[in-house]
Amino acid sequence: MHGMNVNVEGYIHSVETGGAVDGPGLRFVVFLTGCALRCLYCHNPDTWHMPDGKKIGVASLLNEIAEYRDFLRRTGGGVTATGGEPLAQPDFITALFQGCKALDLHTALDTSGFLGANATDALLAATDLVLLDIKSFDPVVYKRLTGGSLAPTLRFAERLAAMGKPTWLRYVLVPGLTDDLASIDKLAAYAKDMGMAKVEVLPFHKMGESKWGTLKLPYTLQEKQPPSAALVATVKAIFVGHGLKTV
Amino acid sequence: MDRVVATVAEMDVRYLPANEAPDAGGFLGTVWKREVNVRDFIQRNVTPYFDDESFLADPTERTRQLWNFVLELMDQERLKGGTLDMDTEIVSTIVSHKPGYISQELEQIVGLQTEKPFKRALMPFGGIRVAENAVEAYGYKVAQPVHDFFTLYRKTHNDGVFDVYTDQVKKARKAGIITGLPDGYGRGRIIGDYRRVALYGVDRLIADRKDQFNQLDTVINEETIRLREELAEQIKALKELKAMAKSYGFDISRPALNAREAVQWTYFAYLGAVKEQNGAAMSLGRVASFLDIYFERDLKTGVLRESEAQEIIDHLVMKLRMVRFARTPEYNGLFSGDPTWVTEVLGGMSMDGRPLVTKTTFRFLHTLSNLGPAPEPNLTVLWSEKLPEAFKRYCAQMSIETSSIQYENDDLMRPYWGDDYGIDCCVSAMRIGKQMQFFGARANLAKTLLYAINGGRDETTGEQIGPCFAPVASDVLDYGDVLARLDTMMDWLAGTYMDALNIIHYMHDKYCYERLEMALHDRDILRTMACGIAGLSIAADSLSAIKFARVRAIRDEHGLATKFEIKGEFPCYGNNDDRVDSIAVDLVECFMRKLKTKKTYRNAVPTQSVLTITSNVVYGKKTGDTPDGRKAGEPFAPGANPMHGRDKKGALASLSSVAKLPYEYAQDGISNTFSIVPGALGKTRHGRKENLTGLLDGYFSKAGFHLNVNVFDR
Repeated sequence: MHGMNVNVEGYIHSVETGGAVDGPGLRFVVFLTGCALRCLYCHNPDTWHMPDGKKIGVASLLNEIAEYRDFLRRTGGGVTATGGEPLAQPDFITALFQGCKALDLHTALDTSGFLGANATDALLAATDLVLLDIKSFDPVVYKRLTGGSLAPTLRFAERLAAMGKPTWLRYVLVPGLTDDLASIDKLAAYAKDMGMAKVEVLPFHKMGESKWGTLKLPYTLQEKQPPSAALVATVKAIFVGHGLKTV
Repeated sequence: MDRVVATVAEMDVRYLPANEAPDAGGFLGTVWKREVNVRDFIQRNVTPYFDDESFLADPTERTRQLWNFVLELMDQERLKGGTLDMDTEIVSTIVSHKPGYISQELEQIVGLQTEKPFKRALMPFGGIRVAENAVEAYGYKVAQPVHDFFTLYRKTHNDGVFDVYTDQVKKARKAGIITGLPDGYGRGRIIGDYRRVALYGVDRLIADRKDQFNQLDTVINEETIRLREELAEQIKALKELKAMAKSYGFDISRPALNAREAVQWTYFAYLGAVKEQNGAAMSLGRVASFLDIYFERDLKTGVLRESEAQEIIDHLVMKLRMVRFARTPEYNGLFSGDPTWVTEVLGGMSMDGRPLVTKTTFRFLHTLSNLGPAPEPNLTVLWSEKLPEAFKRYCAQMSIETSSIQYENDDLMRPYWGDDYGIDCCVSAMRIGKQMQFFGARANLAKTLLYAINGGRDETTGEQIGPCFAPVASDVLDYGDVLARLDTMMDWLAGTYMDALNIIHYMHDKYCYERLEMALHDRDILRTMACGIAGLSIAADSLSAIKFARVRAIRDEHGLATKFEIKGEFPCYGNNDDRVDSIAVDLVECFMRKLKTKKTYRNAVPTQSVLTITSNVVYGKKTGDTPDGRKAGEPFAPGANPMHGRDKKGALASLSSVAKLPYEYAQDGISNTFSIVPGALGKTRHGRKENLTGLLDGYFSKAGFHLNVNVFDR
């Protein structure tokens, strides 16, 4: 197809065939390496450094995806790029998603939005859905949690809203860290303003902790527990209160 | 390669003539009235159902009460170590016991294997030793007269086999390269067409047998004599079946007149089979849509309500859940529990494109809600892309809720077996009443690879079991070298294996013949010799390691390669990687080709399965270190599954690898057990249902054969 660069290469950590939690239907999930943020609860710290990944040509990856096209299409699924931060490799994602569209597959971009400026119009044109992780709506907490600033993410969100790109908000709920209800309320109002189609409240879990140990990185959330069901329900209710759909 | 049978005969596919008038019973069709032909009856009268499950009824008060009695007895059974009571005096036959009930006034469908619920019958014809061991394991003792009778006067199947076994077979069996052979217990794996009793009544079936018997008088040779004797036995069994039903107050000499009778008659026929045979698997067949014809008529004429229809099915299923056999702890170890494999297939498509999904198909699945989830009866959905969408989604939902359904590819099997086949045990398809198999358990392919490396010596004992070929001499294993040796070792294995099976089935026919089950078959049937392999994923991964990594054999003081050192990476089966998946495919095809060259008892057609649902643990215990890095004693993967944890690319890649195994070369079935936590199937109830439906559609459209779906939290 025109414009698509079949020779571009990217770095990936791994793929998962048949994921069901990163976008609609069954999905071929590509975990890319490289991320500018250092979220305290990151469950894939082994994807932070791009060169730690495996180098792969986009054509080869698309050939692999094509194997599962039937499964993905039958369930209204498709391909999700996550990581790591997929927007750390915008050319690769552009080519990958353009290839997916040629296969008539739904594409989802799971991003923090921190590198939203990297997303070209061509990339977004090939993106059907953005799963936008806003880690916190409080700039101070955002900085403490991720090491980065919130502003680029909001700029990206506004750009997506302006172009009417279907976007789901993802919010990781960590007790004592991201459970300030006033801040969540503001985020909910913002998400509503941005016309986001859905909100996924993701309860914090420690399944990534062992990876931190393996990588000899200091994990600071040992004491943290997953949020209670009541807290998750309260937070969901806030989003619902603003007229948003949650899962 | 040739298919087992020349597919379904043209003449089997008949279309409905227009404006045919129903008979007095309200049924259409003429062929099934002229000849014993249940399929024709179904084809002419079945009412496919396209809608959803909303019509289903809750359990009745009677069902709740009765099921509570059963649950209580099951609890008592569990507390007593797994067996509630055993018969030690009466040798089980169709008419050996007085009628038994759970609670007579509540039971809508009656009949137990012995005079009381959960009392296990004594069935020594397979082997008195095994029967005695089973009884003694639970603190009972077989009565002296029975012991004497079966040791002094009456030879058993087991005695016959061991009179004849060759040294080669005995050694292979002892070493565990061929395992689980039905040489001391009932072979099972035969499905009587139990529906015939309901449709025709026993008298008509006896008359039909007599007629067939009388036709066999032109050439009196060994074959004819055997068949005439078998027919004579079958007629006796049918007469006993009538007597047994009569003891419960039913006259099954005539056809069933309504739905309740149709279910009762069909169940009596099945009950007769499980009173006569303690078989390794005792499938029910394909009764749901057959019975639905009676239910539809009764519902239409208003003599039955939906809650009553469901009640009858609930009570039938209760009985099926109560089937018990006396078995040894070793047997239970092999099968991880006490399975009976009362397999009932549901759904599938008709040759003319109509779904064979009926309301009664739904009613069977609904028992999982009304009575709760259970492994028996083994509900097996024959999946087709063309099944009604509402049915597919109901299946997916019931799978997610109960993990009690397995799925098999009807689109793949229908061209082989038509639209009236059942599944025996777990994955073995056979045309109901027209085909049987000689169950052959399985050969251990992983061990065979080790024998190839060690020149036929067993890696755990050092004993020479296989032919004394030169072992691999080099330290580092060479792919071409190992493959050539494996090929000759598989030649030996196929031969020894077939010898064992020929002996076993000759003796089983002679000393432990399935009189009633065979009475409910056509006289002239197709027999398959159902061989099988275990350890496919280990053998494939081992060969992959030898080919793509560097595997060094470490030998003990006797020169036996007992450990392997692997340097480098190699692709593992289960990641949709052709480099290794093709090795697995080659192994399946190669062994099947070898089996095909062997002469079989009764000219059975050799087939093979890639199947171990649970015995993979036992096979693992008997097999030493393998070149894929698996340590001695570690379990095999079940069936055709990839080794646990080696399928690293997720569900679809894993399923795609398994789907590559060619059914054409494994016509006894290819099993795949799929376990997933609910969360990994989707975030919402609706999403999970849709995703599982799509996953099944996708897997089967890739020619995947079987999927046992378990959805539960770890």
